[in-house]
Parts: sequence; structure tokens; C-alpha cells
Amino acid sequence: MKRLHPALYVAALATILVIYLPLLAVAAFSINDAERGFVWYGFTLKWYGQLWHDQRVRQVTVNTLLLAGASTVISTIIGTLLALGMDRFPWPRRVRTMLDGVVYLPVVTPDIIIAASLVAAFALLRTLSSFFDPGLPAMIIGHVTFQVSFVTLVVRSRLAVIGTNLEEAARDLYASTPYLMRRILLPLLLPGILGGAMLALVLSLDDFVISFFTSGPQSTTLPIHIYGELRRGLTARTHALSTIILLATVLLVLALQRLSRRQTDQ
Amino acid sequence: MSRAEHATGSVIVWHGQMKRRRALLLRGGLYVGVGLLWLVLFLALPALLLVVIAMIQRGPYGTFVWELTTENLTRTMGWGMFGWSADTLRILGRTITVASVTTAVNLVLSFPLAFFIASRPRRSRMAWLALIIVPCCTNMVVRAYAWMLVLSPQFPPSRAAQALGWIDDGAGLYPGPLAVYLGMITTLLPFTVLPIYTNVERLDWSLVEAASDLYASRWRVFRHAILAQIRPGLVAAIVLTFIPAMGMFVIPKLLGGSKYMLVGDLIQQQFGESRDYPYGAALSLVLMAMTLLGLWLSRRYFRKSSESRGGEAAL
Repeated sequence: MKRLHPALYVAALATILVIYLPLLAVAAFSINDAERGFVWYGFTLKWYGQLWHDQRVRQVTVNTLLLAGASTVISTIIGTLLALGMDRFPWPRRVRTMLDGVVYLPVVTPDIIIAASLVAAFALLRTLSSFFDPGLPAMIIGHVTFQVSFVTLVVRSRLAVIGTNLEEAARDLYASTPYLMRRILLPLLLPGILGGAMLALVLSLDDFVISFFTSGPQSTTLPIHIYGELRRGLTARTHALSTIILLATVLLVLALQRLSRRQTDQ
Repeated sequence: MSRAEHATGSVIVWHGQMKRRRALLLRGGLYVGVGLLWLVLFLALPALLLVVIAMIQRGPYGTFVWELTTENLTRTMGWGMFGWSADTLRILGRTITVASVTTAVNLVLSFPLAFFIASRPRRSRMAWLALIIVPCCTNMVVRAYAWMLVLSPQFPPSRAAQALGWIDDGAGLYPGPLAVYLGMITTLLPFTVLPIYTNVERLDWSLVEAASDLYASRWRVFRHAILAQIRPGLVAAIVLTFIPAMGMFVIPKLLGGSKYMLVGDLIQQQFGESRDYPYGAALSLVLMAMTLLGLWLSRRYFRKSSESRGGEAAL
């Protein structure tokens, strides 16, 4: 790598600073001993304590985790099967192109379009079953729909890394399909599946648009809760809640990175 | 399929197993089936439904009246109940402007960042990448919220703007266009940086040195030795930035206020408070069409510029 012009360093570091400045400001004011306003009154953790005892926040957190957990499990299973099915079977070229198209559609569609079409579809399906009313089931369906493609992407890239040699060797040695799956393919694929699941989890926790469109009054998630709180202005408690979400994101990204590094090291 | 395979009853050897092609595809179908069904049921069909709904009439309380009408589509072009007004077109135009400017600014900002990270020692590169990815994975509402705090009237940026006379005393920089741009640019920056970075990391510097050795000007070195190598990443960066920028809805809603609406807000309004699904569907179609048009234009531009490059090389 060549040496860079100093101006590039300055520009790069300044950009990173501008990205982080607002987030750091929120974190700083979450430990300020004043409910509103921007004057420093001293250190306190009482806003975090208040959040801990807030029944509403607890309920909302449970909803968020339930939604993220359920949608991640479902999308990981479906996405992994999809990746295996696409890569390990002799599909004719046209079927392959069609599958590629359908699977990567959610990646290139603006999320607001996915959300809008789901709301429209649920409005019709609602006449058949109350399952499609705004609420947790509808939100899970929405999340899985955009997560599946990303899981498939990650698992397929892992499948490409593994190659087919070991599988063929196992078959030559008379491994049955269940045995091949259990003892060879799945252990090799596990980092990819975990990576896909982590990505799905991050995507679900990061999502606001699809949740907002499909949620009901009983299924508020953390981002929607903060969005609602904003109408009452900026308070230290919302700073604290935002900071917790930020810290959780940092941990998740670090875990995801560690996982992907281990995968590339192998 | 070769004739020999036909002769053996379409049995093929596939990854170490000898099977009939049909039996294999049947099993493959089981693997693909669930996912395919899910995506068709909850993505493809609803998208088609959106096209249909855009052409029917609305009923009360978010219901549909199944009668064909072009009213929704003409409404997106400004013909409303009270004659033509420029409001909707203004929102559409603003969306295109904001998305294009955001993409352009992000491309410019991405170059120093990508080169900076690529110039770090291998070990610390991951840490710098994480630093870029974290804000991108932080929830959009939290990020918008953070900007609301920083741009509020009492904070230094607004104070400085007040002192310079850009805004009234006691007013904040948010809600307003500047806040929307700041929010959009910082939110989408990781999507621009990452594809460019992956190309910069693999850059063949010997080509850059060769160009310099042959007395190419700095600009020509950049354009022909660096930019030409980064092109695939550039195209991916534009796609990954422009698409979400066009459909963005929380950031403009929170940071722009009601006077600086983008089409995402307008669509949300139809599916939310107004419960006018047909009009919302029509707007979604317009958004999709504008996004595809923008991507097509940028792709055409890139193809043309690479053709002209080929022409130069021939000379």
C-alpha cells in the first residue's frame, strides 16, 4: 500500500467523527443528572434505573426480542434449505436464473415497498383469518421475508468455500444422505449458518420500517417505542434507552465480525 | 443433456451419487420449496397485488372497491380533488434530488475512508471496519434521534448558525433540509464505503506505479489506474446507496418535519393515518419506477464511460 496524502487521513477521520458525534452526545446526556436540557449537572445512572423498573419498556423489550428471535430462527432454517437446494442440485440454467432472481429480489427492493405490499396483502388476508391482523405474527412474516435472502447469501458463500470434494468423497465411501448431512455437510456449514443467523438478527433489530407498518398496539418494539416517545420531546430516559440499543449493536457487530473472521481463517 | 444420458434413462452422476435426474430434482424441490413458496406468497404476490390495488378505488376505513380507475395514478402526478397542484410533484422531485445528492456526497466521502482503512495494518483493519459498520446497524430511529439532539437550538452547531445569521435566534437546524441531508448521508455512508473498500483493498498498485512512471498526470493516474479498477465497487455502492435513499422514510419524517416531506413519508401516510391504500400503492409504483430509472441511467452512464475508455485505449 502506498503512503497516502495527509489530507486523506484528515478527511477520513473527520467523516468518522461526524458519524459518531451525535451518538456520543446521546450517550453523554444519558448519564446527565437532568431530565431535559443540555447543561451538565453531574453524573447519574438513575435514568437507567428508571428504565429497569418501567413495565412498558420491559414489555416492549420482550416484544422486540421475541420478534427478532422467532424471525431469525424461521429465516435461518428456510434460508439454509434454500441455499442448499439452489447449490447442490442439477437445476437447468433457466430455473437457476429464476431462483436467483426471486431470492435476491428483497435485497434490491426498498424496504418501504416490501412493507407497503405486505400491508396491502394482509388487508385482504385479514378477511380470511385474524392471524393477519396487525401484530406479532404479521411482523414475524414481514421480517422473515427480508431476512431469508440475506441468510441464503451468507450460506451460499460458505457452500462455495467448502466445495464439493468432501461430499463426493463421502458418497464414494457409501455415506447415506442423512449421515452425509449430519457428519459432514452441517458441521462444515455451521459457521455460515451462524453467520447468516447473526446477520438476520442484526437486520431484525435494526428494522423500523417493516415493523412500523405491520405492528399493532400490543406489539410495539423498542424502535417504535422510541419513535412514540419523540413526540414528548427529548428526555434523558430516551437517551438512556437509545444508548442501551447502541451498546447492544456494538456487541452484536463485534460478535458477527469475530464469527466471520474465524470463517475466513479456516 | 447429452444423448448418452438419455440412453441410460436420464441417470446422471452428481457429486458422487448416481441418480435419476428427476429424483434429484424432486429432492431439490423439497429444499427450495419452502423458501420459494414463502417469497412468492409474501413478496412476489403482494407486489403484484400492489400493482392491482393502484388501479382500483378506495373504500372507507382501508377497504377496497373493486372498480378500475386511473385516479390514483393521475393523483401521483398532481391531479387531485381540487384540480392540479404541484405539491406531489414537488415531493417526488425533492426525493430524487435528496437521493442523488446523498449518493454523490457519499461517493466523494467514501474514497478517503476506503483508502484510509485499506492503508491500515491488516490487524487493525477489522476494527476500523467495525467502526464504520456499527452506526449502520444501529437502529435508524436512534440515529435520527441523535441528530435531533445535536441539531437542537441550544447545541453549538445551531448556535454557530444563529451567530452567522443563517437561522433566526433561538431556532434550531432541525427540522430542515440540512438535518435531512446530514441524517441521510451518515445513515447510508457504510453502504457506500464497504463495496468501494473491498475493491480498494484488492487494488493492484503496480498499475498505479506504472502509470506514474510513464509520466501520467495525477488526474490520469487516478482515473485510469485507480478508478478503472474500483468500477465494480462503485456500481455496487451506487445501487446500495441510491435504493434505500429513494425509499427512506424515518429520517426525513423525523429530521425534516412536515415541510420537507419525501415520497417515503407520503407512502407511509397513505398506509398509516390516511388509510388510502390505493393511492399509497400508486405512489409505491412511482417510487419503484423512479428507482429503477435512476439505476438504469447510472448503469448506462458507466457503460458509456467504459466504452469511451476502450476507445481511448484503441487510439
